[in-house]
Amino acid sequence: MCGATEGGLPLDGVNVAKEAIVQGQVLRGGEPVGNAYVRLLDKSDEFTAEVPTSATGHFRFFAGDGEWTLRTLAPEADPVDRKVVASVGSVAEVVVRI
Amino acid sequence: MSRENSLVSTQWVEDHLDDEKVVVIEVDEDTTSYDKGHIRGAIKLDWTTDLQDQVRRDFVNRDRFSELLSERGVANDDTVVLYGGNNNWFAAYAYWYFKLYGHQDVKLMDGGRKKWELDSRELTDEVPTREKTTYTAQDPDLSIRAFRDETVEAIGVKNLIDVRSPDEYAGRLLAPAHLPQEQAQRAGHIPTSLNVPWSKNCNDDGTFKSDEELKALYAEVGIDDSKDTIALCRIGERSSLTWFVLKELLGHQNVKNYDGSWTEYGSLVGVPVALGDEPGEA
Repeated sequence: MCGATEGGLPLDGVNVAKEAIVQGQVLRGGEPVGNAYVRLLDKSDEFTAEVPTSATGHFRFFAGDGEWTLRTLAPEADPVDRKVVASVGSVAEVVVRI
Repeated sequence: MSRENSLVSTQWVEDHLDDEKVVVIEVDEDTTSYDKGHIRGAIKLDWTTDLQDQVRRDFVNRDRFSELLSERGVANDDTVVLYGGNNNWFAAYAYWYFKLYGHQDVKLMDGGRKKWELDSRELTDEVPTREKTTYTAQDPDLSIRAFRDETVEAIGVKNLIDVRSPDEYAGRLLAPAHLPQEQAQRAGHIPTSLNVPWSKNCNDDGTFKSDEELKALYAEVGIDDSKDTIALCRIGERSSLTWFVLKELLGHQNVKNYDGSWTEYGSLVGVPVALGDEPGEA
């Protein structure tokens, strides 16, 4: 089993070899944002999935190979877009600062 | 139906928090979401335990639904306002479910839990107590629910609207990308079904687009107004949202939700399946 990338979400119980994982943390001024929403958009900017962040500001998606956009929405903040490349068998870690 | 009869804003909900005849109910994909904070006075329905038969793959029956709402203190003449996370996917599913069992006055909170949170409105962990009622559900209204045989027969005949993401429709993913891709059934879509991802109905904050934008969306994809329509997704929750748009907001007649959806169709033996981005032939 693979361990978590330092500082990221634990990957216990996830078969990393079969998944293209995109995960990370939303921060505001260095502090975790626990009430943000992170959307995963495909290469044509079409919505694919959305998750609320955890209390520690973390999020995770099981994507597919290719380029994706993470769009983060949070109270009293403008949406923030971040590009990310996912591939099966690896974990793409992204820090989003709002 | 119309937007005025079926949809309320977050502000409307805040203004009616102390109205005894308004019952606010949270229904979330993440069934622990309510426990981490909810709208004051809101009760919870768990779509996995409260709304599903625990043995067969089906709804709870009419008697059980009556018992459930009686236990939770919902009366037949209450205004039920549903909201939830994930852009109201499961709240829309519950809306369709309440309609199926004949509840008259049910509404969705536009934007759901996300809009409420993005508005920085208050959440509480206080669980309300409601007096029990004697709720009587109606016989299920099967004019809004499609089953598998009817769906197979609809290929090339009715409007089939597949509301999953383009990658699920094409067969490149088996489930929404926030869920592990671990199902065993075939990927792809029903031949002749049109892909109109549910998300095209909504703004980023989860609220529905205007009627004009929604009409333009379905005109553009070539939905045939003269035909009946069946909406589907993976397990029938996202397609409930599209059912809501077509039936309740835009007033289309004869719109059904196929809650068996791809998890059923994609496991059937001997039915046609199309791969790729095009609808395919009947």
